[in-house]
Amino acid sequence: MEVTSPAFKDNARRALGDPQLQKAMGHVRTGFIDKRQQVADALPEFEQLRDSARDIKNHTLEHLDLYLEAYEEKVRGAGGEVHYAETSAEAREHILGICQRAGARIVTKGKSMVAEEIGLNDYLVANGIEPVETDLGEYIIQLRNEPPSHIIAPAVHLTKEQIEVDFRRAHAQLSPERDLSEPTSLLTEARGVLRERFLAADVGITGANFLVAETGTSVIVTNEGNGDLTQILPKVHIVIATIEKITPTLDDVSQILRVLARSATGQEMSVYTTFSTGPRRAEDPDGPREYHVVILDNGRSSMLGSKFHDMLRCIRCGACMNHCPVYQEVGGHSYGWVYPGPMGAVLTPSLVGIDAAGHLPNASTFCGRCESVCPMRIPLPKMMRHWREDEFERHLSPATTRWGLGFWAFFAKHSRIYRLGARLAIRILGKLGSGKGRFKKLLFAGGWTRHRDFPAPEGKTFQELWAERDRKS
Amino acid sequence: MAENNDRQPTVGLFVTCLVDLFRPTVGFSAVKLIEQAGCNVEVPRAQTCCGQPAYNSGDQRNAKAIARQVIAAFESFDYIVAPSGSCAGMLKVHYPTLFADDAEWQARASAFADKVNELISFLCDIRGVTDVETEFEGTVTYHDSCAGLRELGVESQPRALLKSVAGLTLAEMKDADVCCGFGGTFCVKYPDISNAIAERKTADIAATGAATLLAGDLGCLMNMAGKLQRQNVSVSARHVAEVLAGMTDVPPIGEVS
Amino acid sequence: MSARDAIMSNIRRSLEARGSDAGRRAIVIARLDHPPRGVIPERGQLPPDERLALFCQIAEEASASIARVPSNDGIPEAVAVYLRDHNLPTEIRMGEDSLLAGLPWASKTQITIAHGPSDGSDAVSVSHAFAGVAETGTVVLISGSDNPTTLNFLPETHIVMLSAEDIAGDFETVWENIRRRYGKGDMPRTVNMITGPSRSADIEHTILLGAHGPKRLHVVIVG
Repeated sequence: MEVTSPAFKDNARRALGDPQLQKAMGHVRTGFIDKRQQVADALPEFEQLRDSARDIKNHTLEHLDLYLEAYEEKVRGAGGEVHYAETSAEAREHILGICQRAGARIVTKGKSMVAEEIGLNDYLVANGIEPVETDLGEYIIQLRNEPPSHIIAPAVHLTKEQIEVDFRRAHAQLSPERDLSEPTSLLTEARGVLRERFLAADVGITGANFLVAETGTSVIVTNEGNGDLTQILPKVHIVIATIEKITPTLDDVSQILRVLARSATGQEMSVYTTFSTGPRRAEDPDGPREYHVVILDNGRSSMLGSKFHDMLRCIRCGACMNHCPVYQEVGGHSYGWVYPGPMGAVLTPSLVGIDAAGHLPNASTFCGRCESVCPMRIPLPKMMRHWREDEFERHLSPATTRWGLGFWAFFAKHSRIYRLGARLAIRILGKLGSGKGRFKKLLFAGGWTRHRDFPAPEGKTFQELWAERDRKS
Repeated sequence: MAENNDRQPTVGLFVTCLVDLFRPTVGFSAVKLIEQAGCNVEVPRAQTCCGQPAYNSGDQRNAKAIARQVIAAFESFDYIVAPSGSCAGMLKVHYPTLFADDAEWQARASAFADKVNELISFLCDIRGVTDVETEFEGTVTYHDSCAGLRELGVESQPRALLKSVAGLTLAEMKDADVCCGFGGTFCVKYPDISNAIAERKTADIAATGAATLLAGDLGCLMNMAGKLQRQNVSVSARHVAEVLAGMTDVPPIGEVS
Repeated sequence: MSARDAIMSNIRRSLEARGSDAGRRAIVIARLDHPPRGVIPERGQLPPDERLALFCQIAEEASASIARVPSNDGIPEAVAVYLRDHNLPTEIRMGEDSLLAGLPWASKTQITIAHGPSDGSDAVSVSHAFAGVAETGTVVLISGSDNPTTLNFLPETHIVMLSAEDIAGDFETVWENIRRRYGKGDMPRTVNMITGPSRSADIEHTILLGAHGPKRLHVVIVG
């Protein structure tokens, strides 16, 4: 997927002026946030479970190589095949190879952010294979040739009117007189169209929320059941997942599951949580005949032990972006790649480079709401700050910013000069502002006064007045 | 000069650059409240800024240099108090993380951090103040500044003290704990996004019907006051310390008397 | 160097660890051998009657419907009633589950039964759940010829038979039971944990049932 993160500011400006997007984002504010609070309040053990989930992931990462070995052995023991890929390109090639050997023409896909990350769909198309997204939101954006704007609700940026237009265009074989004004009718139509594709698919590709080392099992979590139809109907099931999805045991998975759905959609449990181990057995009358797991690194192994190690605990729930005041205003596409919001701000520079993705960790007020709701207690603002440190060291921040900060730091380090300079500047500003009490325009403060007035200072500094008070007493 | 009373703790007041430059009244309100709570107050002259702008911009060198100055100037006090959640958070939560590779300063920063408090939390949690014995007629609404709330747990304390103010009614706004869009340099680096967030905040403020907005951070207050005024919404803004200290004879932020 | 070797060695380099380190290996083996249980919510830790009541309450909140019968023999009629109430055809598909097969379908109802996996042309399927989980109103279904997995997803209506005594308070108990049946470290091909009928909120956050999986999930509880 093309990286447009350098254009973040332009993307954001367009997003802010887009009434349909703004209307759609209103649902994020009210839907996800309130529901999460309710289910969190309804479970007395919620905070302990967050701690438990964090500890499980930390333990796993410390022993990732060994759990990965154990996992692989179990998968092979169950009749599955494991393919390792260091890079996106290698992962794509593995998947294409499996599809070609299966003579695949149609591939159904469960929702997978990793598949987006490696640009799988375009690659399959270029090689004569048709990928069909089956998650309703993913299907809709596939029709629009758009990337997802949220990691669990990919079409959250769209209104039902927009979806109706897309369905009429894409499902031209259906009667033009049909009523598609209500979400139910849109859903029914998608169900019918996609049911045919599910049954026709030669290969099904899913991601994995967890890869369980104890049993060699891949776990997917959906509400629609599309992931299940993707993985049990075709002859071949391919799981694409990155190394940090490894989780030691089924009990560990259950711990994390308890905070996953609650944090993501405010449900206590997603409708379908499915544990798959290998291809069909002798006693199975249904299920895939081949089961492949493509395990991708793509930079994760280098994040281990680094300043960004904690990011590997992410379980892709989306709570951070739901609660982020910046994401709520600009939506996911503004971030310019696969992963938006706070988790995207931390992860994207690791994957595409800080040069391209520099805006993302900078466009944050560090309000900390993301960290406060992250089920895995990931210190997102701290890692965004680490990216800013990298940028500063490499002189990637704009010159005016460096200059302004350097100017301020000089005064901050030299208190006497600061006090003298401040007395003068504040005296002047105070006099200039004494008429109205505020400025509509102010030199050097154009960024501020574009949208708000600038309050005038009282006219003397506190230090000045305190010294006067001292002299009096 | 105040008499040094052995039984009374001495507080080093960290004024904060915004209070020092723009609204000394907040500093004097803080002094009054801290003295009322039975402490001596001193204001070290060698203070300028907590170093947050450098720290949050990734300039670790300057952040550390400023931190060393602040620690050296304040570490001898019994307590260090700042009328700002974000500055207090910088001193208390972030300073100790700056010196991981320097054992001496790590120790000094930790010892220093233990004594740092945001103003309202200092009054309630450390000094046990429950009643400020003052009055303020009218309905106010209160914004929870992010750092104070999430780094320092300041939430119930301002509300408890406001409750003790005679004549004051508190009308809670929707999403009081959601960011106002200031974010330090964020508001000038990403002004359009900051503005959108601020507009959401001013809408929530206006919906309360309150005549006055209060908060514990001057940066947030200047941001919200500036936006309210640009939108011609007639809600006044003050620092919560001004109301608690009964020092409201100066005009609200950005207004003339 | 293969991709596998490269990835493993990079992981080890980043962790500053060695694969040969016996201490690390022992820790991993211990956890896999004796999985620690973690935090179990109090909610499901109830005596059987209350567990059953909790299961019903939460499953209904997730839009499943519940019927209760005192004994297995009551299942066919309960299914017939459900089909009639929802104007559904009296044709169902099930697997080779022996308990379901041994029920008095013919003597108590007009229902015709097809056996085997579904190809998408069935309106109604009936499965026998391995377990229920009171904590979240979840039914647990296991793959195999007894209860083929396609029955859980293709038909629009899915009816699940569940014994009250199989309702566990928490997921961890279910894993224990699965380990007991399949052996430590082994699993059936598929374990489905299902909580209510299929749904999506992808269109303007409106919750709609029947996205791709069943529109209706009906749980008949025995006992």
